[in-house]
Amino acid sequence: MSRLRAARRRSIAIHVACVAVTLFMGLPIYLIALAALSSRESLNRFPLALLPTELSTETMRVFLDSTGVVGGFQNSVEVGLISLALSLALGVPAGYAVARYAFRGREPYQLFLLLTRALPIVVLSVPLARVFLATGLYDTTYAVALLHTALALPTTVLITSAIFVAVPVEHEEAAMVFGASAPRAFTRVVLPQALPGIAAAAIFTFVTSWNEVLGAAVLTLNRRTLPAQVLSTLADSPLAFRFAGGFALVVPALVFIAFMRRYLLNMWGTTIR
Amino acid sequence: MARHAGRPGTDLRLDRRRLLGLGLAAGAAPLLGACGGASTTGSDEEGAITFLSTQFTPVEERQRFEQILRDRVKGGAVAYNTVEPNVFSSTITSQVGAGRVQVSLAGGLHGDFAPHADKFENLDDLAGKLADRRIPTDLADLGKLSGGATTYLPWMQASYVLAVNKRALQWLPSGADVQNLTYDQLLTWVGDARRANGNKPVLGLPCGPKGLYHRFFQGYLLPSFTGGQMTTFRSPAAVLAWQYMVELWAQTAPASTNYDNMQEPLQRGEVLIAWDHVARLVNAPADKPDDWIMAPAPRGPQGLGYLLVVAGLAIPKGAPDADRARQVIETLTTPDVQLEVLRRNAFFPVVEAALPTDLPPAVALEAEAVRRQQDAQGALLALPPVGLGAKDGEVSQIFKNCFKEICLDRRPVQQVLDRQAQQLNAILDEVKVPCWRPDPVVAGQTCRVQ
Amino acid sequence: MLAAGPGGGGADVPGAVTTAPDPAPTEPKTTPARPSRRRRRTRVPTAALLVAPSVVFLAALFLWPIVVGVGQAVTGTDGPTLAHLRRMVDDPYFWTATRNTALLIVVLIPLQFAFALTMALLLRERPRLASFYFYVWCVPLAISDLAAGLVWLSIFADRGYLNSALAHLGLGDGYAWLSYDNQTTMFVAVLLAELWRATSLVLVIVVAGLQNIPRDYDEAAAVFGATYWQRLRHVILPQLRPSLQVALILRTILGLQTFAVAQALTGRSFPLLVGETYQWYVTLQNERVSAAIALVIMLMSLGTAVVYLRVLRDPAATGGER
Repeated sequence: MSRLRAARRRSIAIHVACVAVTLFMGLPIYLIALAALSSRESLNRFPLALLPTELSTETMRVFLDSTGVVGGFQNSVEVGLISLALSLALGVPAGYAVARYAFRGREPYQLFLLLTRALPIVVLSVPLARVFLATGLYDTTYAVALLHTALALPTTVLITSAIFVAVPVEHEEAAMVFGASAPRAFTRVVLPQALPGIAAAAIFTFVTSWNEVLGAAVLTLNRRTLPAQVLSTLADSPLAFRFAGGFALVVPALVFIAFMRRYLLNMWGTTIR
Repeated sequence: MARHAGRPGTDLRLDRRRLLGLGLAAGAAPLLGACGGASTTGSDEEGAITFLSTQFTPVEERQRFEQILRDRVKGGAVAYNTVEPNVFSSTITSQVGAGRVQVSLAGGLHGDFAPHADKFENLDDLAGKLADRRIPTDLADLGKLSGGATTYLPWMQASYVLAVNKRALQWLPSGADVQNLTYDQLLTWVGDARRANGNKPVLGLPCGPKGLYHRFFQGYLLPSFTGGQMTTFRSPAAVLAWQYMVELWAQTAPASTNYDNMQEPLQRGEVLIAWDHVARLVNAPADKPDDWIMAPAPRGPQGLGYLLVVAGLAIPKGAPDADRARQVIETLTTPDVQLEVLRRNAFFPVVEAALPTDLPPAVALEAEAVRRQQDAQGALLALPPVGLGAKDGEVSQIFKNCFKEICLDRRPVQQVLDRQAQQLNAILDEVKVPCWRPDPVVAGQTCRVQ
Repeated sequence: MLAAGPGGGGADVPGAVTTAPDPAPTEPKTTPARPSRRRRRTRVPTAALLVAPSVVFLAALFLWPIVVGVGQAVTGTDGPTLAHLRRMVDDPYFWTATRNTALLIVVLIPLQFAFALTMALLLRERPRLASFYFYVWCVPLAISDLAAGLVWLSIFADRGYLNSALAHLGLGDGYAWLSYDNQTTMFVAVLLAELWRATSLVLVIVVAGLQNIPRDYDEAAAVFGATYWQRLRHVILPQLRPSLQVALILRTILGLQTFAVAQALTGRSFPLLVGETYQWYVTLQNERVSAAIALVIMLMSLGTAVVYLRVLRDPAATGGER
C-alpha cells in the first residue's frame, strides 16, 4: 500500500516539477508574444498589463510590410537548408570517424573544428568578406550558407560522434558478417540508431543559421537573410517594433523544431534494441 | 510516445524515408530559389544602384526615406541598405580593399566617414557644382577629411536639445525660464522635482552602450563651463564642470546607463526631462505634442555650448555607378527634398531653405528649439572632433571613461582628468591635427590638452 | 555543482561498474582509445577519408581569415608588436570583463547542467504531456540572442513585467533591478536570462544521449534494490558521459561567446570579453586591440576544450553497455 502511495507521490512531484520548469521556460515566450501583439501606447503604460486585454496587430503589420521581408524569408530558408545539408554531409562522416577510429590527431582535429567558433565573428568579418569578394560569392546566399555551415560543423561532428559511440559496434559487425557492405551496414544499422543525434545536430544547424545576424550582415548587401535584414536594423527601432520583429522571427524556427522533435524522440520508449 | 514501443523497426524505416525526403528537399531548395538569393532591397530592378547608409535604420524611418527616394530620384531605382556602423565600416573596408566595389553611394555620420577618408572619391568638383545650394562653410569644411579634399558632402544636420514633459514645469525654480536655463537652475530644478516626485529622479541622459552622452560632455557641458573642448580638458574650469556633473548625476535616473535613446523612456514616463539628439527625441511628443516642450540646452559660465551633427554622402573609390551616385547626391541636396526629409524624418536641411509652417508638431517643436539654441545670446558652436580619422571613437571613449570614473566610480576629478589627458595627448600627437571649434583653430598647429 | 557530475561520477565508476581499465590517456597515437567499443583494426585511411571533407572545407574557406584576424593582434604598421596587447590590458574595462566572463561561466555552466539533467531525467520518467513539455523546453533554441535580450529586458526593466507584476500585487512600485549600483541583481538577471536562453542546447544533447541508454540496465539495477541516486550515479551518468562531454565543450565555448543578452540588459555596466571585442571594433574602430581580445577568448576556449577532452576522455562507461 505504502509503495503505491510513494509511487503516486513521486508521480505528483514529477508533474509539479514539469509544470514549474515549463512555466520558467514558457513565460518569457508568452511575454514576447504579448508585447508583440500589444499596441504601442499600451507598452508605454505602467504597470503593464499581464493579460492580453488590448490586442493589436499594428506593429506586426508595419514589420511584415517592410521592404524585403518576403525575399529575406526566402533567403533565410534557403541558407538554413543548404547549411543543414552541407553540415550533415560533412559532419556525420566525421562524427562517425571521431567515434569509431582512434586516429592520430583526433584531438587536434576536434580543436581545429572549434577554432571558427572560438573567435568572435566580428574579428573574422573583414578577411572573410574579402575571401568571398575574391571568389565572387559575396552577396549571395551561398556565402552565408558556407559561413553557417562552418559555425554548425563542430556541433554536428561532436554531437553525432557522442551518439555513434553509444551504438554498439557489434551490431554493425553482425550486419557485415551477414554479407552487408560497410556503407550498407552503416545506413541500415547504425544510422537509424543515431537518428536522435542527427536530429539534434540538424536542429542546431538550422536554428544557428536562422538566428545568425552578424556574419550574414557583413557577407551580403542586397540579398539579406531575414534576421540580418530585421534584427540588426530593429536595434534602433522603437521597442514595440523590436518585439514584433523578435516574435515574428521565432515562429518559423518553432515550426522547424516541432518537425524535428519527432526524430529526436524517436527511440524513446523502445526497450528492444 | 509509448506507441512506438511495439514496432520500432517499422517506424525507423519510415523515419529514414522521411529523412531522405528532407535531404532531397534541402538539396533541391537552392535550385528552386533564385540563383544566389532573392533581393531584399529592390536591387533587382534595372539600373538600380546600391546606397549603403547608417542613417534611418529604424524600420519606419527607412520606409519613409525609401518612399522619398522612389518619388524624387529619377533615372532608376536606388536600393537603400541600412546597416549598423560596424557593418558599414567592414563593408567599405573589404570592398575597397578587394577592389570589387558594389556600393555606389555611401551615407553616414561624420564619425562613420572619418576612419575611411582614403577610401572615398574626391568630390571637390561636385561641391563646386553645388555652390548654389549655399551649404554653410562650417559644415562643408567638416567633410574635407584628408588634406582639404572633399570626402563627403553634407547631407543632413541635427543637434541636441532638451525635451521636457509639461508635468515637470510645476517644479521649475521661480525666476527660471525653461527656454533659457542655466546649468545651476537645471540642477536645482531636477533636485526639487525628484524630492517632490517621491524621490524618483525625473532627468534622464542617454548613457547606454549606444547612447550619445559623450556628445553632452564634448559639445555642451565642457564648452559651457570652460569655453573649450580639448585644450581646456584638465583646466580648473573643467574640474568644476565635472564636479557639477557628479551632482547632476546624483539627481539623474540610474537607469540612464541603459538608455540608448531618450524618446522611449520619455514616452513611457520613466523620466520627464531629457537631453538627446533631435532624431532620438522626436517620437516622445509624437502622440501628444501639447504635453511637451522642446528647449535649448542650458548655458554655463562661458556661454551656451551646443553641438552640430552632420551626416554626409560620399562615393567609394571604384564605385560601379559613380555618375548616377552624383546625380542622386544632387537630388538629395535640393531644398525641396531636404525639407521633405525634415518633414518625414526630422533631420534638418544643410542647404539654405526656409522652414515651412506646416511641419508635423513634434518636428516644429524641435525646429524651434534648435533655432533658439543657435540664436541664443552667447551661443558657442562646438563640433564633433574633426580630422581624427580612425581615432574618432577612441577620443569619444576618453570622455565616456571620464564619466565612468568620475560619476560612477567616484574617483577624484583632477586625477582622472590628468590621466585621461595623457591618453588624449598621446592620440592627438599621433594624428597631428589642428584644434576645432570651440577651441582656437590654428592651422598647422597640433591640438593638445594644455 | 552537478557539472562535476560527469567528472566526479567518472572517478567513482571504474571500481563500481567498469571492467575496462583506463587506457593511458596521454598516449592517443594509433591505439584505440576505447578498445572495447572501437574497431580493433585501426584503419587510419578510412578515418582520414571521413574526416578529410570537413578539414578541406574549413581550411579552404576559413584558415586565411583566421590567420589574418589573429595576426592583427600582434602586428603593427611596422612589424610585430606587443603594443596592442599592452593597450588591451591597460583598458579599464578589460579586467572587469575578464572577471565577469569567468564568473559567468563558472556559475552558469554548473547550474545549466544541473538544470538540463533534471529536465532530461524528468522527461525520462515519461510524464503525461512529456512531448509538450519537451517542446516548450526547446523553444528558447528558436530565439536569437538579440531577441532573448529583448525579452528579458522587458521583464527586468524599471517599468517591465516583473515590476508590473509586483505593482499588481501591491508590492511597491518598482525596484531598479538593472541599475549599475545593484551589481548583484544585475548579475542574477544576466544569469537567469542566460540560463533560460542556453539550457535547451544542453537539454537536447542530453536527451539525444539518453535515447541510447537502454532502460534494461536501469531497471535491472532497480530490481537489485539500487536507489534512484545510485542508479543515476552508477548507470545513467556514466553512459551519458560522451554526450555530457560534448555538451560541456560546446556550451563553454558558446558561453564564452555570449554578450548580446548581457549588453541588452546592462549596457556596458556588466562588460563581457566578447562585448569588448565589439566595443573596440565598432565604437573605437581599433580592430587590432579587438583582435587581441579575441585572441584571449580563443585561448580560453581552446584551453578549456583541451582540459575537457583530456579530463573527460576516460571511457569508463563501457562496462554498462554489455
